[in-house]
Amino acid sequence: MLDKNGIAKRIAQELKDGYFVNLGIGIPTLVANYIPSGISVEFQSENGVLGMGPFPFEGEEDPDLINAGKQTITTLPGASFFDSAMSFSMIRGKHVDLTILGAMEVAQNGDIANWKIPGKMVKGMGGAMDLVASAENIIVAMMHTNRAGESKLLKRCSLPLTGVGCVKKVVTDLAVLEITPEGFKLLERAPGVSVSQIEKATEGTLIVSGDIPEMHI
Amino acid sequence: MILKTVSGPKEALSGLFDGATLMLGGFGLCGIPENAIQELVRLGVKNLTCISNNAGVDDFGLGLLLQHRQIKKMISSYVGENDEFERQMLSGELDVELIPQGTLAERCRAAQAGIPAFYTPAGFGTEVAAGKEVRDFDGKMHILEHAFVSDFSIVKAWKGDEAGNLIFKGTARNFNPCMCGASKITIAEVEELVPAGTLDPNQIHIPGIFVQRIFQGMQYEKRIEQRTVRRKII
Repeated sequence: MLDKNGIAKRIAQELKDGYFVNLGIGIPTLVANYIPSGISVEFQSENGVLGMGPFPFEGEEDPDLINAGKQTITTLPGASFFDSAMSFSMIRGKHVDLTILGAMEVAQNGDIANWKIPGKMVKGMGGAMDLVASAENIIVAMMHTNRAGESKLLKRCSLPLTGVGCVKKVVTDLAVLEITPEGFKLLERAPGVSVSQIEKATEGTLIVSGDIPEMHI
Repeated sequence: MILKTVSGPKEALSGLFDGATLMLGGFGLCGIPENAIQELVRLGVKNLTCISNNAGVDDFGLGLLLQHRQIKKMISSYVGENDEFERQMLSGELDVELIPQGTLAERCRAAQAGIPAFYTPAGFGTEVAAGKEVRDFDGKMHILEHAFVSDFSIVKAWKGDEAGNLIFKGTARNFNPCMCGASKITIAEVEELVPAGTLDPNQIHIPGIFVQRIFQGMQYEKRIEQRTVRRKII
């Protein structure tokens, strides 16, 4: 079973040289810590920066330089700033290659719910709806089950949707799964996790074909 | 040259009325028009509709207007980090319209550019699409979104000149440029106001034609919402 950093490490293996990547808040943010050596990627933050670097050293924080999570950041050589409309031109216009974001629920048809729980204070969707509606490649980073132990990989989402038919891949603490027309195709198991454990934790249709390899972390 | 300079926030906000619709720049607390917000509190204008990506925190940014119950409606993409906001929203005192961030930006830009409406894929198949026209372009579904109609845009820039030309800094740029010229009157506050001819025309982000009033802001607090640092390894 993986912890949050483990999930981030596994997702980092999906990065390819030359990718422009938008990272959501939470586990996706950790992906930046595990970029495979020998490749170059650039991180886009939808509040208006491309070429985002690590957090600043103490005393070097700049209030005019934050990410979409409102955290202080730095920039790397080659970085650029732009306004919000241009930022979403990059996103809607499919110039960003990969979006990694968290979710409350993912359905086997690729629907995603990650912004609203009816009856609870709703904070808003931020840029998530724009990101999922347009990105060519969307990977969801999340735990396989919620705190109550219920599956987050479902036949149909029960929560209000963020986007329809958009998720391509899901990486959880238990598995790597691909969204296919037939359902969640199991690609890899987390270290020490059995196929039957994954089957039990998946409410949606799980396709297990042949021997399922363990992840290399 | 047409001079846009006004003496300060008081003159800049003259004519602002109860029930006005305002666009306010900023992302979280980054790049917000601090001086103009203070002046809105002092003016005590009520029943405002505010178009702003976020709603500040309890004691800073638009949170100050919420504290004084000056806002009737918020149009935002994300409104966390504000207890008073939550209280007013749950009690029904405050009307809240949540819209996708890219749609918010483009509805500002459309207003600026004289485009009445546009199609976007964002929100298709979700509750955001309820009641909206839907159209298929090349096999992908889109929804029709309209340009905002607003009375005043209130923005913050880094540098500006007497002609209203603006330059922004870092991610304090965010929604500010998209809101310039997107309302009947655009008010810009800047950290440094310089004579016309001082700024390099090649470096201007927003031409002065989009700005009606400009003033030099004072005493910027520039509060950081999430101070996040890494340790120096010595």
